[in-house]
Amino acid sequence: MQLDLRTISIKPLRQTFGHLARRMGADKPASRYIEGTMDLQPVENFHYRPSWDPDFDIFDPRRTAIVMKDWYALKDPRQFFYGAWVLARARMQDAAEADFALVEERGLAAAYPEAGKAVVRSVLLPLRHLAWGANINDSFIGAHGYGIAISQAATYAAMDQLGIAQYLTRLALAFSDIEALAAAKSAWLEAPLWQGLRRYVEDLMVTGDWFEVLVAQNVVLDGLLYPLVYDRLADALDASHGPVVSLLTRFQSEWAGENAKWLDAVIKVAAADSPENAEKLAAWVGQWRARALEAVAPVAEAAFGAEGAAVLAEIAEDLSRRLTKAGLSLGASA
Amino acid sequence: MDMKVDKKLGLKERYALMTRDLAWETTYQPMDKVFPQVTYEGIKIHDWNAWEDPFRLTMDAYWKYQAEKERKLYAILDAFNQNNGHLSVTDARYINVLKLFLGSTPPLELMAARGFTNVGRHMVGAGPRVACLMQAVDEYRHFQTQVHSISNYNKYYNGMNEFAHQQSRMWYLSDGKSFFDDAITAGPFEFMVAIGFAFEYVLTNILFVPFISGAAYNGDMAAMTVGFSAQSDEARHMTLGLECIKFMLEQDPDNLPIVQRWIDKWTWRGTRKLASVGMMMDYMLPKRIMSFKEAWEMYFEQNGAALFNDLARYGVKVPKCFVQTVAEKEHVTHQSWIGFYMKPDSTPFHTWIPEKDELDWLSEKYPNTFDKYYRPVLEHFDAQEKSGNRFNNKTAPMNCQVCISTIKFNDPDDPMKTLIRSKTYKGEKFHFCSLHCEEIFDAEPEKYIQAYISSHQVLQGNCAPEGVDTTAPDFEPGAHIAAYWRLDKAATGDFNGSEDQANFAAWRRQATSN
Ligand SMILES: [Fe+2]
Ligand SMILES: [Fe+2]
Ligand SMILES: [Zn+2]
Repeated sequence: MQLDLRTISIKPLRQTFGHLARRMGADKPASRYIEGTMDLQPVENFHYRPSWDPDFDIFDPRRTAIVMKDWYALKDPRQFFYGAWVLARARMQDAAEADFALVEERGLAAAYPEAGKAVVRSVLLPLRHLAWGANINDSFIGAHGYGIAISQAATYAAMDQLGIAQYLTRLALAFSDIEALAAAKSAWLEAPLWQGLRRYVEDLMVTGDWFEVLVAQNVVLDGLLYPLVYDRLADALDASHGPVVSLLTRFQSEWAGENAKWLDAVIKVAAADSPENAEKLAAWVGQWRARALEAVAPVAEAAFGAEGAAVLAEIAEDLSRRLTKAGLSLGASA
Repeated sequence: MDMKVDKKLGLKERYALMTRDLAWETTYQPMDKVFPQVTYEGIKIHDWNAWEDPFRLTMDAYWKYQAEKERKLYAILDAFNQNNGHLSVTDARYINVLKLFLGSTPPLELMAARGFTNVGRHMVGAGPRVACLMQAVDEYRHFQTQVHSISNYNKYYNGMNEFAHQQSRMWYLSDGKSFFDDAITAGPFEFMVAIGFAFEYVLTNILFVPFISGAAYNGDMAAMTVGFSAQSDEARHMTLGLECIKFMLEQDPDNLPIVQRWIDKWTWRGTRKLASVGMMMDYMLPKRIMSFKEAWEMYFEQNGAALFNDLARYGVKVPKCFVQTVAEKEHVTHQSWIGFYMKPDSTPFHTWIPEKDELDWLSEKYPNTFDKYYRPVLEHFDAQEKSGNRFNNKTAPMNCQVCISTIKFNDPDDPMKTLIRSKTYKGEKFHFCSLHCEEIFDAEPEKYIQAYISSHQVLQGNCAPEGVDTTAPDFEPGAHIAAYWRLDKAATGDFNGSEDQANFAAWRRQATSN
């Protein structure tokens, strides 16, 4: 039915849903992020206990040691609901597409010096498995986190990590190097260089506290590894061999910066909620950072040789600053 | 990097490098600890690599396609909102479809998102993991686009305002909630049969097509666009559900009886849930598309039969409930609508007695049942309403312990008799709406005794709103139920005489006058 409607202005009966008006303390329009996120996860009157974990309810705040007065305080400063998330990623995807096309058109990969290729093979390609591990761990957070604020963001992060594993695969393909993928996989599985990291992500696959997984995987490990590889190493490779690797990993470095903003906001709010939270978070950071530094050290060395330790120490310093700013008091040893 | 690679790596090989080649067998932690959910249901998988990817989307392509869809969708929603698109719907009764459908569906989409995230975490094979996770984010999409599309209607009409609060409290929403709670608390393989196959494949068309076409027929561009846009994801979800069934059946002959039991169970549970969709088609759309009976024949009896024919080579049989659903198709929608009409104080949407030409349409579409059983009831209620004696059933309903629906459906052998089956388990009495529900109970009694049945909870004094002292001597169970639901009085009861009706008429007059 086509009706000719004159534009009229109607006074709405209300501006938003009841649960949002109560949350905001006023009946006013809410953003699409707020509308698609706040207070929508069921919290009561569940019918059955999960057969795969009968000690807990379907949604259960007791799945982590962190306690929040309001789980929706863990807002995402990027305001990623699904639509905003895919739009942001599609934009980055567009740029990546253009980068890959440029590298191919100009034959940049073929012309890339062997010394650079060797680093790509030995340091970058095994990371596709690490990203896959991160995808498993982030989907665990998405499946067991409490409140949609955190669980949707973690689920999007899981997909981002899958995308990163796929961009790394495409990087190998851009270098026409399928065999290097097989070699990188055996290195991931067997070479001493990677075993610390593999053990780290595998241990997280059996860690039951989803907030601890968030800290260990996303805050600590990504917080060390992404700057090391996608900022420092990519810059170093550009300086010696021309800007190819930074082009083909632009997605990762942009993503890591953006993701860190989300994580910092989450840590900050959780730590501010209670001294117990702050203490717990600091303890997790301390414990996992020691392990992560140990696991990443050989990778830093493979990337930077003798300077690896110093580069990693600087990055660790940056991470400490980030987390201190987010309200964690990290002991001297941490 | 000396090796020259064929640039035209096959699509399948390329996709394998992008997905399953990323995975590895863990050794620092044993695989059965990393993936603890895949064995206890009894499904035997010998070779996860035999999984055939039902679609091959890498994340870059996914982001690109989905972003295009989102851009279009929100542009249409924005335009619809700006231009008071809600005034172009056929008549204000239509908006009650949105209250019922969009008020109850987004929470279920969210459960689907959560469930697929869990299965996406816990499947061992990289192929199913990736496909399930992609569906998980799609379901976030459906959940949020639906909320965003009702958001504007909520500004002008009553009854949608408290959908978030009501999702776990409102009596008639607990059948949908129990459906998804049941699926998500099952193991990952059963979840895939429940949601991936029964819901997304066998029943999805009858769930969404009437809603989407109904929106289109009734001038609701916003809901139509949201529906169509979601349907484009459903194509992927359907192939995933089907692949999952085939994969389980191909892996081990012992899987067949388990899968068959799940197909029987979930097709029936889904059918029960569909009664309210059918009611929407037959009673609530001012401009009708087809009757529920016709839709059932087309989408379930014909398409479903073709699907099960195709699956026969695996030994799968047509769901056990098939015959009963066929027998019921001429009854359930009438019984549902009459059931809701009889409870005017208990729903956040309006009901009404169909107009004369609408009753005639129902007589024509349901020649075997409508004139004989239901038209007289509706005409009787109409006469009572007009004489100021509107029927109002205040008694607490009886609910089926499994599907939670109010027991109101007839005995398949006797349309005049409501079917109720009862049994005692561990000293407690339980009721069922059907033999199928009773069988579901018998297979897992310890699960189904946990069900949350709101009419029982009310009687036990558990449904008091925040701030009411349930231990006070004068506390009366049930007295606070409307407050517990946050049920807006203006949203309840008859459409005729409602605020929605008056507002819509006034606004439309204003918008169409010169
Ligand atoms: Fe959906
Ligand atoms: Fe779906
Ligand atoms: Zn039942």
